[in-house]
Amino acid sequence: MTKPVTTPHEAVAPVHDGATVMISGFGGSGAPIELVHALIDQGARGLTIVNNNAGTGQVGLAALIREKRVEKVICSYPRTNDARCFTELYLDGKIALELVPQGTLAERIRAAGAGMPAFFTRTAAGTELAKGKETREIDGVLYVLETWLKADFALVKADRADRAGNLTYRLSARNFGPIMCMAAKTSIVQVREIGEKGSIDPEIVVTPGIYVDRIAHVAEPVQEEALFRAGARYP
Amino acid sequence: MTENLSSFRLTRGQIAWRAAQDIPEGAYVNLGIGMPVACANHVPAGREVTFQSENGILGVGPRPAQGAEDFDLINASKDPVTLLPGAAIVHHADSFAMITGGHLDLAILGAFEVAANGDLANWSTGAARVPGVGGAMDLAAGAKAVWALTTHTDKAGRPKLVQRCDMPLTGAGVVKRVFTDLAVVDVTAEGFVLREMVGGVDVETLRALTGAPLHVPVAPGRLSPPAGL
Repeated sequence: MTKPVTTPHEAVAPVHDGATVMISGFGGSGAPIELVHALIDQGARGLTIVNNNAGTGQVGLAALIREKRVEKVICSYPRTNDARCFTELYLDGKIALELVPQGTLAERIRAAGAGMPAFFTRTAAGTELAKGKETREIDGVLYVLETWLKADFALVKADRADRAGNLTYRLSARNFGPIMCMAAKTSIVQVREIGEKGSIDPEIVVTPGIYVDRIAHVAEPVQEEALFRAGARYP
Repeated sequence: MTENLSSFRLTRGQIAWRAAQDIPEGAYVNLGIGMPVACANHVPAGREVTFQSENGILGVGPRPAQGAEDFDLINASKDPVTLLPGAAIVHHADSFAMITGGHLDLAILGAFEVAANGDLANWSTGAARVPGVGGAMDLAAGAKAVWALTTHTDKAGRPKLVQRCDMPLTGAGVVKRVFTDLAVVDVTAEGFVLREMVGGVDVETLRALTGAPLHVPVAPGRLSPPAGL
C-alpha cells in the first residue's frame, strides 16, 4: 500500500490523550526529535511513554515530560546525563516509572509485534525486578515470565523510506525503531529521504512497509545530542 | 600485615589491562560501562577480539578523532565510537538476543559487590533516588562467562568481595572471575580462589580485605601490570 507522506505535525495529529506512545532512540541516537516536538505542539496529555531512557536536557522526550504530558515512563535507564526533567517530577511523585531490564524491554516490544503475549527469560531471575512475577524452572534453570508491551502509537526515526513504507536506518540509530514499528497500532516514522517504490533494494530493507502507517518527511533532522550540547530548550 | 597498601594498588587502567590479557582469541565480548570499557585498549597485539555494544553494534572500534564524532554511532555509555571492518548493525531485540541467547563468550562488568557464590550486585546501591538498570541484568544472565572488575575494597575500606551481597542482585551465581586492584580471584564451587596478587602485599592482608574465605594455592601468581596505565 502506498503510504501517506505528511509534515511531522500532520503525522502526529491522531495521538490522543491517555495513549501509550513508543519513542525510538537510545540516548540521542535514533530519537525522532521533530516528531516529539510536533507532539508537544499537538498537546496530547496523560501519555504513557516507552523509551530506553527518560529524556536528556530540555528537548525531545525531556521537554514532553517537563510540559507534564506524561503520566508514566516505561524504560530501562532514566538516569542519563541531565535527566532533571524526569527526575524532578519523579521525586515529587508526579510521574510513574516502570523499570525494565533493557533486553526484556526490547523483547516485550518485539513479542507484541509478533503477537506473542508472553515469554520466559533468564534476565532478572533471583533479583528484585522479578519480585511478584511468575517463574518457572525449565531444563533446571529458573526463568521469569514477562508479558508483551503494546502501544497505540510509535514515533520512530528512520533514514530513508520508499512510498511503500520500506525503511532503512542510519548506524546505531536503528536501535528500537524496527521493533517499535511492529508493536504499535499506528506507527509514525520520520525520514530524511523519501523515494518512489523500488528506490530501496529489497535486500537491504530493514523495516518492511507493512509495519509503517504514516511517514513524515524531515529533510534535515537534528540530532538530540547536538541540541543538548547547544543548551537548546523546546518550546 | 602490609603497611601503606595504597602504593601497591593497581590503577583502574591497570585493572582493565589485566582483564584484557585473559580475553581468549576469537572471543565475542561485551564491555560494561565504566572501568571495563578500557579493556578494549589493552587486548594483546595480534589477538582477534570482537566487541559488542548493547545498542546494536557488533564490531565496535575505537573512539573517533575529535571533530569526527557521529552521534548516530555510539556505545552503551553514549560515547561516540567507530565501526571496524566486518562490523554489523542490528536492532535492539536482535542485539539482546545475542546477549540473552548465550552467544557472547564474555561480559566484563563493573561491580559494587561480588559474592563467594558468584552473585553480582552492580545496578543499584539501594540508596539511589531514581533507579536505573539498563542492560546489566541481561548481560549478567546471558553471557557464557561474566568477569567483574572492581576495587578490592570500597572507599570506606570495606570488602567488595563478600560472603553474601547486601545490595540488590544483578544476577545470581554468574561471576566466574574477579579482577581487583590487588588480585585476580576465581569464583569456584568452593568459593573465592586466589590466582594472582600484587607484589608487596601478603596473603594475610589480602584475606583481611576479603569478606569471605579466600582459598590460596601453594604458589599464587604475581600480578604485575605495566606502569603508566
